[in-house]
Amino acid sequence: MNKIPEVNYLNASRGIRSWLFTLDHKRIGLLYLFSIMAAFALGGIFAILIRLELLGPGKDIMEARTYNQIFTLHGAVMIFLFIIPSIPAAMGNFILPQMIGAKDVAFPRLNLLSWWIYIFGAVFAVISMSTGSVDTGWTFYTPYSTTTSTSVVAMTLGVFILGFSSIFTGLNFIVTIHKMRAPGQTWFKLPLFVWGLYATAIIQVLATPVLGITVLLLILERVAGIGIFDPAMGGDPVLFQHFFWFYSHPAVYIMILPGMGIISELISAFSQKRIFGYKAIAFSSLAIAFISFLVWGHHMFVSGQSQLASAIFSFLTFLVGIPSGIKIFNWLATLYKGKIRFDTPMLYALSFLFLFTIGGLTGMFLGTLATDVHLHDTYFVVAHFHYVMVGGTVMAFFGGLHYWWPKFWGRMYNELWAKISIAFTFVGFNITFLSQFVLGAKGMPRRYYSYLDKFQPLHDLSSFGSWIMAIGFFIMAVYLIHAVFKGRPAGDNPWGALTFEWETTSPPPKENFIETPTLTHGPYDYDKIVPERTI
Amino acid sequence: MDTTETLLLPPGGSTIAGDVDALFYFIVYASIAIFGIVLFGIVYLGLKYRGRKAAADGTTPGITHSTRLELAWSIIPAILVIIVFVWGFNVYMKMNIIPGDVMEVKVTAQKWFWSFDYPDGVNTVNELVVPLGKPVKLLMSSRDVIHSFYVPAFRIKMDVLPNRYTLTWFEATAIGSYDIMCAEFCGDRHSEMLGRVRVVSEREYKEWLESGTETAEGATPVDYGRALFRTKACHTCHNVDGTSAVGPALNGIVGKQRPLAGGERVTVDENYLRESILEPQSSIAAGYQPVMPTYQGMLNDKQVDALIAYIKSLK
Repeated sequence: MNKIPEVNYLNASRGIRSWLFTLDHKRIGLLYLFSIMAAFALGGIFAILIRLELLGPGKDIMEARTYNQIFTLHGAVMIFLFIIPSIPAAMGNFILPQMIGAKDVAFPRLNLLSWWIYIFGAVFAVISMSTGSVDTGWTFYTPYSTTTSTSVVAMTLGVFILGFSSIFTGLNFIVTIHKMRAPGQTWFKLPLFVWGLYATAIIQVLATPVLGITVLLLILERVAGIGIFDPAMGGDPVLFQHFFWFYSHPAVYIMILPGMGIISELISAFSQKRIFGYKAIAFSSLAIAFISFLVWGHHMFVSGQSQLASAIFSFLTFLVGIPSGIKIFNWLATLYKGKIRFDTPMLYALSFLFLFTIGGLTGMFLGTLATDVHLHDTYFVVAHFHYVMVGGTVMAFFGGLHYWWPKFWGRMYNELWAKISIAFTFVGFNITFLSQFVLGAKGMPRRYYSYLDKFQPLHDLSSFGSWIMAIGFFIMAVYLIHAVFKGRPAGDNPWGALTFEWETTSPPPKENFIETPTLTHGPYDYDKIVPERTI
Repeated sequence: MDTTETLLLPPGGSTIAGDVDALFYFIVYASIAIFGIVLFGIVYLGLKYRGRKAAADGTTPGITHSTRLELAWSIIPAILVIIVFVWGFNVYMKMNIIPGDVMEVKVTAQKWFWSFDYPDGVNTVNELVVPLGKPVKLLMSSRDVIHSFYVPAFRIKMDVLPNRYTLTWFEATAIGSYDIMCAEFCGDRHSEMLGRVRVVSEREYKEWLESGTETAEGATPVDYGRALFRTKACHTCHNVDGTSAVGPALNGIVGKQRPLAGGERVTVDENYLRESILEPQSSIAAGYQPVMPTYQGMLNDKQVDALIAYIKSLK
C-alpha cells in the first residue's frame, strides 16, 4: 500500500505567505498552474459565448461590438495568459529541476518574480476588460488599433509586462539546463522534455523583446501621437505586421515545442521503450526554433508585401514542416515492439499525434502561395491553428498534467472518468474544428459577427461540438480536484518511467531528492531496466 | 472553367480558379495519404504491441535509431513539399501577372462599404458590374483602416491599405453574381461589409454604363431614395425601424429637435440632412461615434434630393 510521505513540499511550511512568496520551484510551478487554469477557464467561457452568438446569422445574444471584444479576449487570454506560460512555466518549473536531479532552478528569486510579473500583467488585461474592453483581435493590427475607441493601451501594456515574465522564465531555464545537471548527465542523456524546454527558452529570450518593442511603439503612437504605424501620421501599417509576426510566429513554437517534449516522454514511458531517434528529435527541436525566426512573412501573403518576399517566406515555411514530420514518424517508430499501455496520458499523446498531424498537413495549404490567397483570414486558418494549438499544445499539456498529477500531489485521479473526459474532448474538438475547415474553404471569413445564410449548418455543427468539448473539460476539472484531496496514494513511480523525477517520492520533499541522485541509467533505458509501476 | 461547387470549395468563376482548385485538391489527396499512414501506424502498432511482453525479463528492444528510415521520412516529405511549393509558386505568378488588355476600376474601401469608380465617371457602391470575358484590374485603397477585398468564387483576396495602392485582377468566366467580402477585421460592421460582383454580357454592360447606375426615370423621388438607401449602403449603419445601429435611426426624425455631441440642439430639416450626408463630421448626433464617411462626390444633387425625400417619408 502506497503512503504519502509525512513531510513533503506541500506541507513543509504553512500559510498563504509561504505560498505567495515561496522560492520553491514546485510551489511556483503550482502557482502558475492555478493562474493559467483560471485563464483557460475564462478563455473557454469566451469561446462558448462566441459559438453561441454564431448559432444564427445576425444578432443572437450580443451586439457586434461586444462580440468583437469577446473574440479578442478569447485570443488574448488564451495566448498570452494561458498557452505561452502553460507548459514551460507551470510544468517546466515543477519538473525540469527534478529531471536533471537539481534542488531548484538556477535563480529561484527571479522565478518568483516572473510569476508576480505575470500576475501584474494579467491585472492590466483585466482592467482592459472592465474599461471598454479592446476589440481589435489579439493581433492589434494598426491603424485599427490606434483609432478604435476601446482600451487598447491597458491590454497592450499587459502584454508588454507579460513578456518580461516569459523572458525571465526562459533565461532561468537556459542557465539551469547548462549549469545544474546531475553528475554524469551529459546533454545526450537529458530527457527530451528538457531539450524541448531548452529550444523554447532560446526563442523566449530572443523573440519576446521584439513584441515588447512593438506594443510599446503602438502605445506611444496612441498616447503621444508619434507616427510609426498610422499612415495619417506618416507611419506604415504593414510595418506593424512585420514587427508583430517577427515575434508571434516564433511564439507559435514557444507554444508547441515544450508540448512536443512532453509527447516524447509519454510515448516512451507508456511504450516502455527507448525513444526512437533521440538525436533527430533533439536536433529537430533546435532546427524548428531556428527556422521559426525566418517564416513570419507567411502571415502576410496578401498584405501588400512584395511577391518575391512572399515566395521566400513560403519556401522557408515548408522547410519547417520537415523537422516536425521527422518527430511524428520517430514517435510512431517508438511504438514498434513496445509494451504499450493505454493509460490516460498515453491517450492524450496518441490524440496529439492524430490532431497535430492534421494541424501540420493543413498548414501546407496555407504555406502554399496560390491556395493561401483564397484561404487567408478565413475559418480555414482558424481551424488550422486550433488543431496545432489545442490539438497539439493543449493535448500535450493535459497529457503532461495527467502524467505528473500523481507527482504533484502524491495521489491518483479516477482513471475511468479521465477516459470518459478525453473521449468527450477529442470528439467535441473534431466536430468543432473539422467543420471550420470546410467553412473556410467555402469562403467564410474569420472575425465575422454575422454571416451569409448558407454557412449556418456548419456553424451550428461547430457550436454543437464546442458544447461536447466543454463537457469533457468540466469532467476533467471535477476529477482532478477530487484527486488532490481524495485520490488514492500513487507511490513514487506510478507509471514505471525512468526519468529522474520518478526516483523521488510523490509528492517530493522540499529539496526534491533526499540524497543527491547520481545517474545510473539513461532516461529511456527500457532495454536494460524494467521499472515497477507503483499503482 | 469548372463552375460547379465541389465538396470543399465554392463554385469557381474566374480564369485562375481552376488552377488554384487543382492544386488545392492535390494537397487534399496528399494530406489524406500521409494522414492515413500516420493513423494506420497509430492503430496498427497500438493494437499489435498492446501490453506485449517483449522478452522473458520484461525489457523491450533497445532500438536507438535507423539512419536509413530517418532519411526516408526526411527526404520523401521534402520532395513532396518542394513539388507543392513550386506548383504553388507557378500558380501564384499566374495570379499576379496582369494581362495587357484590361479594364481598370478604382476600388475605395471604408467603414463599412466598397465603392467602385469606373474610368468614365460612373460610381457604384457595393456593386461591381463587369463584362464577361474581359480582364478587370482593381486599383484599391482605403480611406480609414485596413480592409481586404475577397471574392471567394474568383479565389482572389488582397488587403486594401490606407497609405498606398494595392492591385488585384480577375477575369470572370461565367455570367452571374458573386459575393464580395471584407476579410480583414475592420470594426463593428466588418461582417456587413459585403458587396456583389455582377458579371454580365458585353451588351448588357454597355447598356448599364449608358443608363447610369440607377434609373431615376419614372420613379418617384421617394422610391428612388429608397433604392439609393440600399445601393449606397446607408442601411449598413442606419435602421429605419426606430432602433439604433452604428448611426441613429432615420424614421420619424424630420421636424424633431435632436441633441448634438457638442451639447447644442438642432432641428432636423432638409438642410441638416443634406449637411449630414455631404459633411457628416460637422454635426454629430449625441451618443454616436463620428465614423460616417462623406458622400461628397459619390452622390449628385438629384440623388441627395431623393434620399432626403425618402427619409422624410419614413414615419
